[in-house]
Amino acid sequence: MEEYRDGKSYTQLIHESLGEEYPDTGDPRVLAWLIRRHGVEMTHISRGSHIGSILSVAEIIAVLYACELRTRPGDPAWPERDRLILSKGHAGAAVYAALAERGFFPVEELRQHYGNGSRLSGHVSHHGVPGIEVSTGSLGHGLSIGTGMAYGARLSGEAWRTYVVLGDGECDEGMVWEAALQARQWELASLTAIIDHNGMQSLDECERTLKLEPLHEKWASFGWHVQRVNGHDTEALKRALGSARAEKRLPSVIIADTVKGRGISFMENNILWHYRTPQGEEYEAACRELEANRP
Amino acid sequence: MRDAFVRALMSEAERRPELMLITGDLGFGVLRPFWERFPEKFINAGIAEQSMAGVAAGLAMTGRKVIIYSIGNFPTLRCLEQIRNDCAYPEAEVKVVCVGGGFVYGPLGMSHHATEDMGILRTLPGITLFTPGDPAETEAVVPEMLRCHGTCYLRLGRGGEPLVHGAPLRDWHVPSALTLRTGRDTAILSAGGILTQTREAAEILAEKGVGAEVVSFPCLKPLDRGRILELARRFPRLYTVEEHTVIGGLGSAVCEVVAEEGLPCRVIRLGIPDVYAREVGTQQYLRGVFGFDAAGIAGRVEKEEREAGRR
Repeated sequence: MEEYRDGKSYTQLIHESLGEEYPDTGDPRVLAWLIRRHGVEMTHISRGSHIGSILSVAEIIAVLYACELRTRPGDPAWPERDRLILSKGHAGAAVYAALAERGFFPVEELRQHYGNGSRLSGHVSHHGVPGIEVSTGSLGHGLSIGTGMAYGARLSGEAWRTYVVLGDGECDEGMVWEAALQARQWELASLTAIIDHNGMQSLDECERTLKLEPLHEKWASFGWHVQRVNGHDTEALKRALGSARAEKRLPSVIIADTVKGRGISFMENNILWHYRTPQGEEYEAACRELEANRP
Repeated sequence: MRDAFVRALMSEAERRPELMLITGDLGFGVLRPFWERFPEKFINAGIAEQSMAGVAAGLAMTGRKVIIYSIGNFPTLRCLEQIRNDCAYPEAEVKVVCVGGGFVYGPLGMSHHATEDMGILRTLPGITLFTPGDPAETEAVVPEMLRCHGTCYLRLGRGGEPLVHGAPLRDWHVPSALTLRTGRDTAILSAGGILTQTREAAEILAEKGVGAEVVSFPCLKPLDRGRILELARRFPRLYTVEEHTVIGGLGSAVCEVVAEEGLPCRVIRLGIPDVYAREVGTQQYLRGVFGFDAAGIAGRVEKEEREAGRR
């Protein structure tokens, strides 16, 4: 593999900072740590943005890929696979990292994120990337597409499930609520939405922008099965996903309370880190903090 | 055209298990035969066009061909980004159908004038764009649209337009332009339901001694470039007619082809100038206001041809 730094390949560098040559990515805490570490590295190299969202959504994506989704990394188009749509496409690095670590494509490729000629655009793109179902980036679209997919699966009598990960700020978009009506109308119990509820959007706190609370009650009044959990507690997320699977009539939404920038003290709850990229001292400090908090 | 569309669609639905039709809560009288015959293929998505287009994309990703149907600008401009990102980019089998292209809903006001859709949709990569001119063309393009890969846009007129073609069109294929009458002096190119007026204009011109060829373009993208070039080589002037802004639609497309080839042919575009129609009135009234009813088209062509003859 090509040298990345200090005589090591990109993959070696990340895995050595975890202290595991072959990490157990079936452990969601390990996978979440790797998502964070890749997120820092990928946004550092590319000077790409959205590290705050990558860090807040890490456990959600990790639990999905480590524990919940039925997929075959060697056969990404396996017809019976569960479908995941990252509707908050700006956290694409988190999904790319999870896919690579779970074997959909080489981990080494993550260093090309945002790069000229690479296939890993800042917002997720399905073009040529194994495991990505839908290209997103404009907020609000994913839940409708997921609704169509879940309905299509039911019409065909297929058992696979559909998962859509949204941002809380994304719930400003009217289209989210159009989809909420439609999924309830069809009683799509095979559809699970997970909201990365980090309380912040691009410019400010959600509540200071457009009041989403009481978010639980909003979804409940739209007729969904609603759960609210700590979005950094992998066991709680697993239980909630299990409960969504057990729901036989209603579509489910899991409001996952998270912290934007979670895991790196100076990024936590700091709006600056929606767009800022870790460079210089800040990059070094971010790596040190992660290494001090290995799973 | 509406009824021809539903007839053709029902005939396709009989042999296409993958076909589904979603309406945005419109078309009660028009779509009823379809939903009574194929209730399992029919969805009313409510008054939620963005979700309708997204749901259609999701359904298409499970192996279906999905028609989304509404009127005026609702299935296009209201959910343009969903068509671009969720349908066209992933090449989803979604066919967008608009009833009421142009001034069909004239008296309802500008919200219901679909007068920029061709230009806007034409700029989206990967979209095949159909603009049939009469019920016969409509019946020909529907099966072709369902054979086309990826996302398509079908712009229909209203109900009850007369047949312009004398017989059903057999074996029509993308992107063939269709000649309705030949002429020795000039040619009038037409896209969409304005074809009735174009052909009538040619008849008026014939009485005045001007021989105008009438060519209909049931497919605006891809475009029958060969036919345009052949006409531009035969005639010093071509006229385009569309019930649409002159920006971005047929007239613009013809100009692009003629200019790119460097042919010494003038293209005169008839349509709506760069304004919203504030006038209230029927489709035919508004066509007259903007000078592209049959009399308006004939008058403009005659004037241009006479002035050119003097020069």
